[in-house]
Amino acid sequence: MNTQSNSFSESLNKQTVTAAAMTSTRPFYWSVRRELWENRFVYLAPIGVACAFLFGFIISAFRLPGKVRGLSALDPLHYREAIAVPYDIAAGLMMLVTILVSVFYCVDALHSERRDRSILFWKSLPVSDTTTVLAKASIPLVVVPLLTFAIAIAMQFLMLLVSSVVLLANGLSVSNLWSQLSFVQMSLLLLYHLLTAHTLWPAPVYCWLLLVSGWARRAVFLWAALPLIAIAGIEGIAFRTAHFAAMVATRLIGGASNTTMSQPNVFPTNPMAHITPVEFLASPSLLIGLLLAAAFLAGAVWLRRNRGPI
Amino acid sequence: MPCIEARGLRKTFGPTIALDGIDLRVDEGRILGLIGPNGAGKTTALNAILGLIPYQGQLSVLGRDPWTQRDQLMRDVSFIADVAVLPRWIRVSQLLDYVAGVHPRFDRAKAESFLARTEIRQASKVRHLSKGMVAQLHLAIVMAIDARLLVLDEPTLGLDILYRKQFYDSLLNDYFDGSRTILVTTHQVEEVQHVLTDLMFINRGRIVLSCSMEEFEARYAEVTVNPEQLEVARALKPVYERQVFGRSILLFDGVDRKQLAKFGEVRTPSIADLFVAVMSQQGEVALGAAR
Repeated sequence: MNTQSNSFSESLNKQTVTAAAMTSTRPFYWSVRRELWENRFVYLAPIGVACAFLFGFIISAFRLPGKVRGLSALDPLHYREAIAVPYDIAAGLMMLVTILVSVFYCVDALHSERRDRSILFWKSLPVSDTTTVLAKASIPLVVVPLLTFAIAIAMQFLMLLVSSVVLLANGLSVSNLWSQLSFVQMSLLLLYHLLTAHTLWPAPVYCWLLLVSGWARRAVFLWAALPLIAIAGIEGIAFRTAHFAAMVATRLIGGASNTTMSQPNVFPTNPMAHITPVEFLASPSLLIGLLLAAAFLAGAVWLRRNRGPI
Repeated sequence: MPCIEARGLRKTFGPTIALDGIDLRVDEGRILGLIGPNGAGKTTALNAILGLIPYQGQLSVLGRDPWTQRDQLMRDVSFIADVAVLPRWIRVSQLLDYVAGVHPRFDRAKAESFLARTEIRQASKVRHLSKGMVAQLHLAIVMAIDARLLVLDEPTLGLDILYRKQFYDSLLNDYFDGSRTILVTTHQVEEVQHVLTDLMFINRGRIVLSCSMEEFEARYAEVTVNPEQLEVARALKPVYERQVFGRSILLFDGVDRKQLAKFGEVRTPSIADLFVAVMSQQGEVALGAAR
């Protein structure tokens, strides 16, 4: 009896603790879900592109047996190089979709609610401006990369499966295919690349877009791009250099050289050689970028607090 | 404890003075109508009360400073800032999910039972609802929130008479329980006359009249006077005079109704008539526009 009541009060305690935790995380969770309801393209676009690519791959798979027969004479290194191309293209395509989705999302994120005045409704609920802005920032910084990762590995897995089926149907061995394309390794590399080159590295760009989307009355993209163009232009005229433009471009398309994975020559022998997370995380340019991102987000929170609908 | 208390509440937008040092006190359980012409400062006052804009002076809502303690305050306050601010892309069911997810005092079953009385389907998107239905939906959500203060800014603007009447009927019958406080601004003053417990006129950022409805009924009287008695009646200093079908209707402030009864039937004026009278005293509204 005693133990029963003990465990009962314990579970009650647990409940109140989880309830307290829930009250702080629930608005955030629902705000993120709200974003996905409003911006369905965040997941529909990558899924659509993946499906289209897969369709093309299935058609190309009919030529695979002939290709493999021709390749069987090659050494494993070249075999991998030849076979892995579509998988690298698939991954690259998904990166491109990630960038596009994140940019278009950020441009609209804090603008549409002011444009349609629905900000007056969202602000009538007990959700702080900080929660809302962080939920919006989590779309390009958390949701899109993880979603892209999930879709990309599902796509690559299906590609492997299709290739295997086609090869087996033609009486060819699949052992070479599976051993040369290490699926787990490929997935880990992709995840690392997504989180570094497409999340942490371009974070200041996405947060800048969020800030401008909370500030501009119209033409968000123009206002976001103008200062950058102006700075690049002044630099070009004054010093005849283009460091700033190059910096912005590498930020957006993930040009940090120590994060790239498309080095197929080193891939099969030592694929992890060019992955240096400590170096990457400790690099001053990344830290400066993250500080800038945090400052832009703080600005976006301030603007949402102080500005009404357009 | 007063629900809303303001002292010297002031707000300027550049050179424009939107609120010019307002003193205001609203006790809990009251239904206050804040009435004023366009640009009088109504919405500015509401925005200050809701913590949407910073202000000068003292303001306390449910014992909290709305600007610095807005996040906590919004658990106890709900508002309809305008008609049709619900996002157009959302589904009714998603809206209920979201509010239930973020608002600890939202009773989803209650909102669903309100919606069941309407034509609104949960699978519909807001963009496919008529303006009246969107207002019904917003009201259903707000009424299912157990808030201590409800602020309504022109909640029925642009709705037809049936929706407007239904809106206030629901508010009184299903929501108001005597302990909640409601603050409403509207131009459709006739419809709120029987809803309000308190009345406040605001013009050019200042409060020009503030009284309870009991005081309003005791103070103001209106009587239709025949031309031959007009001079006698005018001697009692009416605050306003208007002509209807060649007869004069005089509005008196604080004159004994027995004294007025000799001119004709004495009525309590409508809020709209008093509003026109007070505003024209202020030199704001042309007399012709009143009719």
